[in-house]
Amino acid sequence: MSAEASSARNTLALAVRDAAITALIAFGLLLPLIGFLTVTDIRNELILTTRGPLLFAFVGIAGFGRLFYSLSIEPWLRRRALRPATPSGEMTWPRWFAKWAALFAGVIVSLTALIFVGRTLYLIRALVLEPGAGPAFNLMASVLLTAFFVGLAFILLRGGDKGLQTVSRLTMPAGAGFLIVYPILIVIAVGFGASVKWIDNFGIQILIYVMLGWGLNIVVGLAGLLDLGYVAFYAVGAYSYALLAKEFGLSFWILLPLAGVLASFWGILLGFPVLRLRGDYLAIVTLAFGEIIRLVLINWVDLTSGYAGISGIPRPTFFGVPFNANDDGFASVFGLEFTPIYRTIFLYYLILALAFLTAFVTVRLRRLPVGRAWEALREDEIACRSLGINTTNTKLTAFGIGAMFAGFAGSFFAARQGFISPDSFTFLESASILAIVVLGGMGSQIGVACAAIVMIGGTEIMRELDFLKRIFGETFDPTQYRMLLFGFAMVLIMVVRPRGLISSRSPSVFLKERKNIGSDLVKEGHG
Amino acid sequence: MEVFLQQLINGITLGSIYGLIAIGYTMVFGIIGMVNFAHGDVFMVSSFIALIVFLILTSWLGVTSVALALLIVLVVAMIFTSLVNWTIERLAYRPLRGSFRLAPLISAIGMSIFLSNFVQVSQGPRNKSTPPMIQGEFVLFTKNDYAVTLSFKQLIIWGVTAVLLVCFWYLVAKTKLGRAQRACEQDQKMAALVGVDVDRTISMTFVIAAALAAVAGTMYLMYYGVVSFADGFVPGVKAFTAAVLGGIGSLPGAVIGGIIIGLIETMWSSYFSIDYKDVAAFSVLVITLIFMPQGLFGRPDVEKV
Repeated sequence: MSAEASSARNTLALAVRDAAITALIAFGLLLPLIGFLTVTDIRNELILTTRGPLLFAFVGIAGFGRLFYSLSIEPWLRRRALRPATPSGEMTWPRWFAKWAALFAGVIVSLTALIFVGRTLYLIRALVLEPGAGPAFNLMASVLLTAFFVGLAFILLRGGDKGLQTVSRLTMPAGAGFLIVYPILIVIAVGFGASVKWIDNFGIQILIYVMLGWGLNIVVGLAGLLDLGYVAFYAVGAYSYALLAKEFGLSFWILLPLAGVLASFWGILLGFPVLRLRGDYLAIVTLAFGEIIRLVLINWVDLTSGYAGISGIPRPTFFGVPFNANDDGFASVFGLEFTPIYRTIFLYYLILALAFLTAFVTVRLRRLPVGRAWEALREDEIACRSLGINTTNTKLTAFGIGAMFAGFAGSFFAARQGFISPDSFTFLESASILAIVVLGGMGSQIGVACAAIVMIGGTEIMRELDFLKRIFGETFDPTQYRMLLFGFAMVLIMVVRPRGLISSRSPSVFLKERKNIGSDLVKEGHG
Repeated sequence: MEVFLQQLINGITLGSIYGLIAIGYTMVFGIIGMVNFAHGDVFMVSSFIALIVFLILTSWLGVTSVALALLIVLVVAMIFTSLVNWTIERLAYRPLRGSFRLAPLISAIGMSIFLSNFVQVSQGPRNKSTPPMIQGEFVLFTKNDYAVTLSFKQLIIWGVTAVLLVCFWYLVAKTKLGRAQRACEQDQKMAALVGVDVDRTISMTFVIAAALAAVAGTMYLMYYGVVSFADGFVPGVKAFTAAVLGGIGSLPGAVIGGIIIGLIETMWSSYFSIDYKDVAAFSVLVITLIFMPQGLFGRPDVEKV
C-alpha cells in the first residue's frame, strides 16, 4: 500500500519536474521571437514591443501539455508495451489504429448520412404536398448523396479487417465516381452563381495537385529518386504553352502534348548529369536545377517578361468552340444561357481526365518491366545492377515520364489562369508537392490523392474559416498560418508515421494471391 | 585591378559568413549523414534573435558602447540559437534515426518551412532594417579616383571568424568532446561500445553548429543591417554549396569552400551580371556534385552493399 502510494507520488513528482523543464525550454525558445515584436514606427525606425501574455500562454500550453502527456498518455503507452506480444495475425498497432479511425469516421459519416436522410424525406414530403413545384433535381442529388453517405457509413462501421478490405477495394471506384459527379452535385446544391468557388478553388485546385503528386510519385515513390526541383518541369509546361499559344496562336489541344514532350525533354536533359548521384545529393542537385530555371525565368526578361509574368494567355476551347458570350460561343451554340460556370466545369473535367490519365499510365507502367525496374531500383540499386538492369535507362524514363505529367499539368495551369509568373514556381511549391507524396505514403496512389485533398483542401478551407475571426479578433487571418501548419505537418508525419498515411505496399507481381506488405517489412536501400 | 581588390575584400567577408554556416552543414553531415536542410533557417532565426537583443540593449538598457553591445548580442544569440537547434534535433531528427534514409531530410525540409513561416507570422513579413551599427573604413589606396576600402565592419567579421575558427579547431582537435565527435563520425556503434554517449555527442554537434550559425547571423545583421524571414533559404543553399565544394565532412574545407563561394559571387556580380549571381552559385553546386562529389578535401565515398 505505502509502496504503491510512494511510487504514485514519485510519478507525479517526476511528471511535474518534466513539465517544469519543458516549460522552461519553451520559455527559452519563445522568449526572443514571441516575447518581443519588432515594429517599424511612423518615423521608419525599428522599435520593440513586448507580448508577455502571449508568451506565457504558449509556455503554459507547453508545460501543461507535457504534464498531461506524462500523466495520461505515457502510462497508457507503457501499459500497452507491457501487454503480451500479439501473435501474428492479430492486430498490430497501425491496423488497430485504422480500425478505430474507421469507426470514428463511420460515426461522423453516419451522422452526415442521417442529415441527408432527413433532407431527402423533407424533399419527398414537399414533392408530395405540392407536386409540380417540387425541385426534382434537388431530390435526385439528395438521394444520391444520401446513398453515398449511408454506404460509406455502413462500410466504415463494419470496421475490422473485413471493413478495411472492403474500403480499400471500394475506394478507387467510389472516389472516381464521386469526382465525376462532383460538379453536378455542387451546381445542384448551391446553384450556378456560387458554385464557381467550390469547383474552381476546391475541385480544380486540388486535382492539379493530385496530378502533380501522382507525377512526382513516379519519380519519388516508384523509382525512389528524391526530386526537389519538380516544379521546374511544371514551369516548363506552363511557359511553353503560354509562349507558343501567344506567339503562334496554336491551339490548346496541340500544345498540351507538346508541353508534355518539352517538359519530358528537360527532365531527361537534367536527369542525365545526376544519374550517378544518390539520395540527398540528388535532392540538392535537383533543387539547384529548379532554382536555376526559376532564376532564368525571372531574368530573361525579353522572353518571359520577368517578374511581371505573361498575361492574356489564350484559354482552352471546347474542341474549337470558345467559352464566351458571343454568338459562336459555347452557350449560344448549345442554346444555353451564358454563364462563366461552363468554362469552369469544362476545366474541371479536363484536369480530372488528365489526372486519371496519370493514374492509369502509372498503374499500367508498374506492371511493365520498366515499372518493376523502378521499384527494384528504389529497393536496392546495387542489387539492381547486379541483376543486369540498365539503371541509366530506368532512371531516365522515370525522370522523363514524371516530367511529362508535370508538363501537362503546367500547360493546363497556364490555360486555366490566363496569367503566369515565376512566383508560381518557387521551391516552396516543389516542397508542397513532395510533402503530398511523402505524407500520402510514397508509391501509394490513393494515399497521394488523400494527402492532396487534406493539404490543399485544408489550406483552401482556411480561407473560409471566418468564425475564427470572431474568436481571435478582426485582424486574425487564418491563411497566414497555412505554410506554418504545412511545415509542422511534414515534421509530425515523418516522426509519427515516416512511411506516410498509407504505408503498406501492394505488390505489382504476386504468386497466387495479392497480399499487402506492411510498412515494417518495407525498407529501402539508398532512397 | 582596384575593382578586383575591392571585390576580393568583399568576397572574403561574404565568404567568412558562408563558411561559418557551412561548418554547421558539414559537421551534421559528417556525424549523422543527413543534409540539415533547416540550417539556413536556423541562421535566419539567429539574426532575428540578434536584432532583438541589439534593440533591447540599445533602446531599453541604454548601452552606448557598440563594441560591448555587439559582444553581448553575439553571446546571447549563440545561447538562444543553440537552444533552438538542440530542440529541433530532439523533436524532429532524433526519432528518425534508423528510419529510412530520406526521412530526416524530409523532416528537415518541413522544419525549414516551419521556421521561416514561424518568423513571418510572429515578426511580420516586412524587412527589418536597423540603422548602421558601425561606420567608418580604412582607405587602403586610391587610384584613378577609385578608393579601395576596408570597412570596420569587414575587419570585425574577419577577426571574429578567425578567432572563432581557432577556438572551434581547438574544440574539435584537442578536447574530449571533439574526440567523441570524431569517433562517432567514424563508427557510432563502436564509439558507443567504448563508452561514448552518442546521443549527447550528436546533440552537442547541433549546439555547436547553431552557435556558429548564430555568429554568422549576427555578422550578417551587422554587415547588411537588414533581415527578413525569407533570408534563410538562399544563404543556406550557398553555404551548403560551400560545404560540398570543400568536401563534406571536412572542416577546413567548409571555410575554404565558403570563401571560394563568396569570391565567385562577388566577382560574378561585378564582372558579369548581378542578376545571375545566384545562378552562378547554384551552378557551382551542380558542377561540384556531379564532377567532384568528394570536394576539395573530402574522402571519396565508397558504395557498399
